Amino acid sequence: MKYIDEFRDGELARGLATAIRREADTGRDYAFMEFCGGHTHAIFRYGLPALLPENVRMVHGPGCPVCVLPIGRIDMAIELAHRPEIILCSYGDMLRVPGSERTSLIRAKAEGADVRMVYSCLDVLKIAQQNPEREVVFFAIGFETTTPPTAAAIKRAEKLELGNFSVFCNHVLTPAAIGNILESPQVRELGTVPLDGFVGPAHVSTVIGSQPYEYFAEEYHKPVVIAGFEPLDVLQAIRMLLAQVNRGEARVENEFARAVTRDGNAKAKALVAEVFELRRVFEWRGLGEVPYSALQVKTKYASFDAERRFRIEPRRGRENPACECPAILRGLKQPRDCKLFAKACTPENPLGSCMVSSEGACAAHYTYGRHRAA
Amino acid sequence: MSRHYTSRLDIENGCVDLTHGGGGRAMAQLIDELFVAALANPLLEQMNDQASFPVTAGRMVMATDSHVVTPLFFPGGDIGSLAVHGTVNDVAMSGARPLYLAAGFILEEGFPLADLARVVASMAEASREAGVPVVTGDTKVVERGKADGLFITTTGVGIIPDGVEISGDRARPGDRILVNGMLGDHGVAIMASRENLDFGTPVVSDSAALHGLVAAMLGSGVELHCLRDPTRGGLAATLNELAQQSGVGMLIDEAALPVREGVRACCEFLGLDPLNVANEGKLVAIGPPDAAERLLAAMRAHPLGRHAAMVGSVIEDDHNFVQMDTAFGGRRMVDWLSGEQLPRIC
Repeated sequence: MKYIDEFRDGELARGLATAIRREADTGRDYAFMEFCGGHTHAIFRYGLPALLPENVRMVHGPGCPVCVLPIGRIDMAIELAHRPEIILCSYGDMLRVPGSERTSLIRAKAEGADVRMVYSCLDVLKIAQQNPEREVVFFAIGFETTTPPTAAAIKRAEKLELGNFSVFCNHVLTPAAIGNILESPQVRELGTVPLDGFVGPAHVSTVIGSQPYEYFAEEYHKPVVIAGFEPLDVLQAIRMLLAQVNRGEARVENEFARAVTRDGNAKAKALVAEVFELRRVFEWRGLGEVPYSALQVKTKYASFDAERRFRIEPRRGRENPACECPAILRGLKQPRDCKLFAKACTPENPLGSCMVSSEGACAAHYTYGRHRAA
Repeated sequence: MSRHYTSRLDIENGCVDLTHGGGGRAMAQLIDELFVAALANPLLEQMNDQASFPVTAGRMVMATDSHVVTPLFFPGGDIGSLAVHGTVNDVAMSGARPLYLAAGFILEEGFPLADLARVVASMAEASREAGVPVVTGDTKVVERGKADGLFITTTGVGIIPDGVEISGDRARPGDRILVNGMLGDHGVAIMASRENLDFGTPVVSDSAALHGLVAAMLGSGVELHCLRDPTRGGLAATLNELAQQSGVGMLIDEAALPVREGVRACCEFLGLDPLNVANEGKLVAIGPPDAAERLLAAMRAHPLGRHAAMVGSVIEDDHNFVQMDTAFGGRRMVDWLSGEQLPRIC
């Protein structure tokens, strides 16, 4: 397949693996965080750990939108779905995420709630047009990659004068999460989680550009290499990170230059700025309350904001106390450090969010990497 | 068989109503003019509630399969041909020669008779091609909204030739793993037709009856340990099933897996893994290493095995993991699919 095979070439991979082994100083360990779930998935799906030397370790970051959504927000979505007038539309990943008390959207659907799986928020507009007597709510989640399409859907709904469409907005911001991790005492002061650098987001960076990461490189002295989601991209980024660390540098480098510029996508950013504004604070699973880390619908578009329209109150969800998702999302623990992993918690019966999405660290470990622990 | 109905069934414009399942004259007419007319064979035409046939000595097999696919008509087949192929293949995967089929139809009130006639004609053609007649059947009608158009359950019986010993628990370390051709066609064809996805060359379902290929493989004289058709859950699910049943591990080679370009493109686009995508005309064969090349040659000599490939080996592994050497040079697990990739694919 053109434009795909080039980035999955085994020959080139072996060459890069050799270069990485040569670059890695055997006298020390390296730990790099891949922020995005897309990278986590690629690392496991293509069997990258087998190509890396022992002293280069990847720490899986919180960049999986399904994983970081707190249980309270899932409970709110389930509450919306149970209202008889509402059709709740969601990306497929969210349906199986457990809420409090073993509920989930898929369970709500089985109990009679009208929950529909969509591939695109434009499908939701179609459903709203086809069901003028019902309220159609889009369960919007995701980082900066999925935010512009949601903004575009709201603008389109306004133009179409669709009075029965609204958005339950859960869009979150990548730089806020990276900053939170770097500020955590384990990374900053105690050094219990050594982090030597970041493999920076691929698709998110096509929107926000590489500029927002410059602050982290400068302030925290951590190199960031923005990388595509193909396995060769990831290997190349690791090699670039090793080179920076060995030279004592901390810069933002762009491995994904075929899609990412320094300033990102101006049109998409303008669209987001027109429809959304910063929330003062938002709860993240694993990271807790992070100031200015999420978006809400602007007052100008309040009629498209499901939270205001249906007056749903914020909720505090109840986590399973044994679930280590919070620590895993911070890079403090590995999936197999969790007592529930592969025992009570499996992709068929996920107890924590990291086991639900294929981009979650636990699901990736379970599906592709269990043999390494066995 | 001639009965006197006031007028012929209006297959062109009519639709199923509750009387077609009521046991009265309307049902008899539907059976006569639509089902028996298309599926005609001496056993069916006896018009008993069962079919009776002589049995020979040996081991018989029996398999059943329900079909709820949506859409009913898809590129490369429809629910009728699928209902024949699915059950013929389940019987054939024991090494048996399939003999007869039974078919149960659940029809939704309002279902167009023209569509029903099209499905039954396709079923008749598939059954004739396979040489496996439908010898008995049943029809039920449910109220509108209680079923989605049409569901078909088929049951098949067959006879295992002497000396054939095929079972999912017989894979042994060292055995080779073969497949008879391109993986993932059926699942992608269904998905593409549901979502109106177009990837240049259209992908058509591989739905086919495999007993002829199985007979050719057995005819080559090589020993076969396991046979299974990787339908729902794809090759990944089938290999995991066989690994657990046999108490072994498996190691496959990604570069050796035959996957069509259009299927790869569609999977890439939708975020799927061709290993998890359903097939309806594929089989996995596992046999001893010394006979693997001969088995491969026998498969490739058959029209349904032209793209056959040796894709891996059975290994010792107490965890019964299926692993894959990736084309990229790494190694990973190949797990069962969790949840449902695509409901109502067959």
